[in-house]
Amino acid sequence: MSEIQIQDIIKKENFVYGKTKILTDNVMHYCPGCSHGVTHKLVAEVIEELDIQEKTIGVSPVGCSVLAYNYIDIDWQQAAHGRAPALATATKRLMPDHYVFTYQGDGDLASIGAAEILHACNRGENITVIFVNNAIYGMTGGQMAPTTLIGMPTATSPYGRQAALHGYPLKITELIAQLPGVAYVTRQSVHTPAAVRKAKKAIKKGFENQARKIGTSFIEIVSTCSSGWKISPVESNRWMEEHMFKFYPLGDLKDAEKDNEEDYRKFIE
Amino acid sequence: MGELKLMKGNEAIAEAAIHCGCDGYFGYPITPQSEIMETLMVEKPWETTGMVVLQAESEVASINMLYGGAACGKKVMTSSSSPGISLMLEGISYLAGAELPCLLVNVVRGGPGLGTIQPSQADYYQTTKGGGHGDYQLIALAPASVQEMYDFVDLGFELAFKYRNPAIILSDGVIGQMMEKVIVSDVKPRWTDAEIQKISGSWATTGKTKDRARHIATSLDLEAEKQEIHNHKLQAKYREIENKEVRFEEFQTKDAEYLLVAYGSSARICQKAVEICRSKGIKAGLLRPITVWPYPTKRVAELAHQVKGMLSVEMSAGQMVTDVRLAVSGKVPVSHFGRYGGVIPSPGEVVVALEKFINGGN
Repeated sequence: MSEIQIQDIIKKENFVYGKTKILTDNVMHYCPGCSHGVTHKLVAEVIEELDIQEKTIGVSPVGCSVLAYNYIDIDWQQAAHGRAPALATATKRLMPDHYVFTYQGDGDLASIGAAEILHACNRGENITVIFVNNAIYGMTGGQMAPTTLIGMPTATSPYGRQAALHGYPLKITELIAQLPGVAYVTRQSVHTPAAVRKAKKAIKKGFENQARKIGTSFIEIVSTCSSGWKISPVESNRWMEEHMFKFYPLGDLKDAEKDNEEDYRKFIE
Repeated sequence: MGELKLMKGNEAIAEAAIHCGCDGYFGYPITPQSEIMETLMVEKPWETTGMVVLQAESEVASINMLYGGAACGKKVMTSSSSPGISLMLEGISYLAGAELPCLLVNVVRGGPGLGTIQPSQADYYQTTKGGGHGDYQLIALAPASVQEMYDFVDLGFELAFKYRNPAIILSDGVIGQMMEKVIVSDVKPRWTDAEIQKISGSWATTGKTKDRARHIATSLDLEAEKQEIHNHKLQAKYREIENKEVRFEEFQTKDAEYLLVAYGSSARICQKAVEICRSKGIKAGLLRPITVWPYPTKRVAELAHQVKGMLSVEMSAGQMVTDVRLAVSGKVPVSHFGRYGGVIPSPGEVVVALEKFINGGN
């Protein structure tokens, strides 16, 4: 028996995984252990699988993912801090056959942009929202976010977040789920292979919902920020499982499809 | 020639938007301009031309909806009044930075703060000297009649797309609320996708096709050197606009010894004041800037060689007068007369102010 050569193995028919062409070759600026990289990849893979590159418009926020347009090869609009849902609203209404999504962090979406996200969702804008919640302001250097947990130290809550001084962490996803204009609300994470698969399914569903014109799809990704949290990537995942998931439990909060889509459609009409 | 209609200045804005093929209006109610969105909602243009009309949750949201719509190469507009425009300034700066064409309408009311709902011209600085952050300019048209309210919607879009820059109609509560005859133009169809590709295909975010690189509507460049290059490009564009787009009107300036300078509703009042002056033997004339940016600096400078003095008449504490002084550069005396906080001066008051100015007072 002759020896197996590497060339015999590296054949197209043997491939089980490849980098989607929708992701560019630009070197990502994200820190090691950050959840943005995987989340970007999932969005890009979904766009490729649905074959909607030519019809997708992304809206990037202010925050770590402000430069998302360098990594996902689609047309992008870069929004002012918190205003991505307003841009997406107009874009979708003016080009209703396009797929429009916002990609926002917790400071952008739940603090400065709280009004825009609530009203876009309440109008049932037919868009997809990717909400990356790492409970901290990453880009500006680790300040307290609206989603920062009680007791969690940050640059602007150096002794840990205290309710009396800083207010409570905001479960904005639970708020969004109450709104009749919203079709799908789910909370996922990307810290294990199983979680990544689930998150991808959720993102895909969020985009598919746009074709079904049933209202807003909102996907929260509970994320890590090793640099902001000042612990290693491995420790960050552990800390997230222990603390973040307790306050921000994973799973679907609302699914119009399961809850009876026909009734739902009648309601929004 | 089009149909003749009687309408309010605010209604004229709404009618003109539908007639000129506007794709989207996004706004928030505020006095004295709410009739613009009210008229659009009554007219339901989404059933005829396909124009989108949306009441946003705030002025902040409206201006950012414009950013999204403008980035798609669509003809989008908003309208508001002074405090609402203040809220929009961040978004306006982003639109200018990202070079996105759109149309804004400010039906100015008295300030500062919540001020009053009566007419004012105290947003001149805000409109022509920046307002928002960074070095940017808005192409600013100042209508003095309901007809111009109507005409400047189409003209504003034309200039906005010609230069990829936001344009603004700087109106006030007088012109917004008063009724006049308007010659209505024929309905222009909205741009088709193919026309948008032709006009804005090199930058609009209409979806990345295989034959081109992705388009990004952004004002961000973290590298200072690149941001400076971008600013050079913007400044070159502003100089070109200054050279090509100055618009003004003159009334009895040929033999004028004293010049009134006024825009918008103040110009209407000054026209009557010039007539009164002439009947009294005072050789007065009027220069009315139609574009308050770019400003008719050259013409003001020329007239400084002819007249003995200039009086800037504004419904403000004296804002445009600084541009008159810069143009005149000390050649002849320049002064300001204004009523403000929502008060409208009468032609008689302007005449008295001019007589006082001629006699060496202020």
